[in-house]
Amino acid sequence: MDKYSAFGLAKHAAGYHENWQQAWRSPNPKQHYDVLVIGGGGHGLATAYYLARNHGIRNVAVLEKGYLGGGNTGRNTTIIRSNYLWDEAAHLYNLALNLWEGLSQELNFNVMFSQRGVLNLGHSLQDMRDIQRRVNANRLNGIDGVVLNTDEVNAKVPLLDCSTNARYPILGASWQPRGGTARHDAVAWGYARAADALGVDLIQQTEVTGIRKSSGKVLGVETAEGFIAADKVACVVAGHSSVLAAMAGLRLPLESHPLQALVSEPLKPCLDTVVMSNAVHGYISQSDKGDLVIGAGIDRYNGYGQRGSFNVIEHTLQAICELFPSFSRVRMNRQWAGIVDTCPDACPIISKTDIEGLYFNCGWGTGGFKATPGSGFVFADTVANDAPHPLAAPFTIDRFYSGALIDEHGAAGVAH
Amino acid sequence: MLLIYCPYCEETRDEDEFSYQGEAHITRPLEPENLSDTEWGDYLFFRTNPRGLHHEMWQHTVGCRKYFNMTRHTVSYEILETYRIGEQATVAPASADSATAEGAC
Repeated sequence: MDKYSAFGLAKHAAGYHENWQQAWRSPNPKQHYDVLVIGGGGHGLATAYYLARNHGIRNVAVLEKGYLGGGNTGRNTTIIRSNYLWDEAAHLYNLALNLWEGLSQELNFNVMFSQRGVLNLGHSLQDMRDIQRRVNANRLNGIDGVVLNTDEVNAKVPLLDCSTNARYPILGASWQPRGGTARHDAVAWGYARAADALGVDLIQQTEVTGIRKSSGKVLGVETAEGFIAADKVACVVAGHSSVLAAMAGLRLPLESHPLQALVSEPLKPCLDTVVMSNAVHGYISQSDKGDLVIGAGIDRYNGYGQRGSFNVIEHTLQAICELFPSFSRVRMNRQWAGIVDTCPDACPIISKTDIEGLYFNCGWGTGGFKATPGSGFVFADTVANDAPHPLAAPFTIDRFYSGALIDEHGAAGVAH
Repeated sequence: MLLIYCPYCEETRDEDEFSYQGEAHITRPLEPENLSDTEWGDYLFFRTNPRGLHHEMWQHTVGCRKYFNMTRHTVSYEILETYRIGEQATVAPASADSATAEGAC
């Protein structure tokens, strides 16, 4: 693989950019793999990459039914932060944040990680108490965060309506300077290219139709192209996890819901940070293209249709217009939805299963993008060693039997 | 936006009037104290979450406030029936492959 560099750019410019190599191969599947990763989104590609890089397992394939990064990886609002309340979640998301900071260099691919900071607004005394508690917990875990008052919030984001008679008065916010955004597609492409360079086969347009097992052990997967044998099968398919689990005769504590986002027409730079409000169910940032990227809530009912209900975005845009009165005449450009796998405690499942050699990494719900590098890192370790990575150990499926849930509804909110 | 027929009010009303209450026909264990942790966890948290026909419970929150059941397709969102609590579904769950609607994703 040619390394991307300024020199390479100059060299290819001289050749009128006609000789760029393909970023990755499109191989035919082999008969047998050591590990099959199902799902070619950010988490799946990161899992394959870390299997090859950290554990030397290179006979790996990623099976993707559509195209790489075409699911929730390409549909989220690209927010990255690690200010979760409980120790278990905070450590996991902070591992991801640490990896984000070196990711462009490591992958030799610009993921456009932009640490523009994340504001979580508080609109009531209870919101502010929760924010103070969460920021204190974060700081004890070595995660950066401060509590801002109304004037400090207003100084950071002058467009916010911080007046006392606002519909949603802003009493303050938590502020995580290390948080920010990244280019979602680039994350998938960067991991794909780096994994391919280490020998991982990326197999697109190949849907898994069944999981073959025998006496409690996984043998491989059925696809439209035929059977592919594997010692281990790692499922990283977000909203369709329950469908895949059913193929193996399992049930998961998940429900799939459409989660919507939308972008506006491009505007000149006006918002240089990420603003989130759990109470009014909206979050907003401005992309490098100038679009306002707005995230809404989930449709309340189970759904696998990648579209959302109008009443949900209407509700979110009402709130956004109250927070940012000057955005009231901005026109919206596109709207879409992704299928998120929500867990009862708003925390992921990174786990072995009762079937030997079958692993699930799912349940990230509305907030998986920010965790992409950390998720792949600990899941690869879990799969390689057939034992949970220490940071993943609290997130096994057993917690739904033991009762050791990690309730992150407060910090997870809607956002992501 | 769904239009939902409330089997108690016997009227078709806007989705906004209703709230979703999760998978239907999950029977509360008769003797919870005798369940193993696994059985209790299964009852509390584990769901079928099908891609296809789904029996689910709704409440007519700002109408009669009563709970009722619905059979709905989770890809097309087509509502095949609503029926009162205590009644049985007339449309049985089918496999995901029989998805009638857009095969999207």
